[in-house]
Formats: sequence, C-alpha cells, structure tokens
Amino acid sequence: MARSVWKGPFIDGYLLKKADKVRSSGRNEIIKIWTRRSTILPQFVGLTFGVYNGQKHIPVNVTEDMIGHKFGEFAPTRNFPGHGGDKKARR
Amino acid sequence: MARIAGVNIPTQKRVLIALQYIHGIGPKMASDICTKVGIPAERRVNQLTDAEVLQIRETIDRDFIVEGDLRREVAMNIKRLMDLGCYRGLRHRRGLPVNGQRTHTNARTRKGPAKPIAGKKK
Repeated sequence: MARSVWKGPFIDGYLLKKADKVRSSGRNEIIKIWTRRSTILPQFVGLTFGVYNGQKHIPVNVTEDMIGHKFGEFAPTRNFPGHGGDKKARR
Repeated sequence: MARIAGVNIPTQKRVLIALQYIHGIGPKMASDICTKVGIPAERRVNQLTDAEVLQIRETIDRDFIVEGDLRREVAMNIKRLMDLGCYRGLRHRRGLPVNGQRTHTNARTRKGPAKPIAGKKK
C-alpha cells in the first residue's frame, strides 16, 4: 500500500543539511549516506550520493527520473555471482 | 460484425462480455461503458444499432486507454525502471519476480519452465 499523502515524503532530517552543505560549497563531491530509506527529493537532482549497501558506498548520480524513489533502490545489497559452473558470472 | 477499438471484433455475445475481448477492458470497465452508453445487460453485439456502436467507440476513445496504447504505456513504464538502474529495473532485466516474492522455489511464471541442473542426481 502506498504511503498517505498528508504525511509527505519520508526523509531522514540530517540528509537535507548534508545536501545543502554540499550544494553551497562547490559541487561534485560524493555525499556518503546511510539512509537507504529516505525518499529522493527534487532538490537532490544533480548531486552524487554514496549510498551504503552494507559494505561500501555505491555512487548514485541523481537524475530527474529518480525523484520519488528511495535511495536504497539504487544500491543493491546482494551480489549474486551465478552458480558454480556458470562462466558467465556478472559483476 | 462490430469493430471497436481497432482490430477487435467481438462476436454474437452479450455486449458486457464482448467488450472484455479488448485488451484493457475487464468486467468493471465493460459495465461502466454499458451504463454510460445506456445498453441493457442482455443486449447482444449483433443487435446493436450503428449509432450505439459509434457511441461505444467514442466513449472508449475518450475515457479509456486500450490495446496498443495501453501496451505501449506498460512497456514504457517497465523500460523507465530498467533505464533507471533501480532494484525493480534490475529484476525486470533478469526476468525475476519484481515485488519481493521468494525465488528459492516457485516464481515459475517469471522464470519460465524449470531447467534441469546437470549432475544434481546421486
């Protein structure tokens, strides 16, 4: 079920401050974040976030299409290298 | 022979049923159309007047997304997810279930028929 509209998008508060800081000081700097549960807001477009996947920070360049999705959707937490004999292991 | 929404030619069934042969129209939408145009439930397609057929065609064109347009819209939505590189897109790319179902067993609708694994037998 979708989230109630009156609540507004969910976001961890400190993320806004972090994004603002990078915005105001010169750009292109990976913002390391751990809140995979936060919604991507319009003001994040153009910034690069390092989304933690439990092991490392995956760089995610936020585009306009991503608005409304969560950060966690762009940093997979599982890596499936394929079954034993498969030579076609991806990533 | 009635031709509604492009290629669909439903037969001598009741209008309510015949409309559901169109991709994108199910029981709900079919009954919506019937009430809007004012067709009694037991009327059959071959008993429709030309004016009624025209009216049905118009309401579908105006209020519903149907057939090719609907297929295109769905395909575009899926393509958007795949291009985005988000989790749901990755699942679509791999042909695995998208909504968090288990894949240890089952998931045969998405994965297709079971493939035998070589050397699994004792």
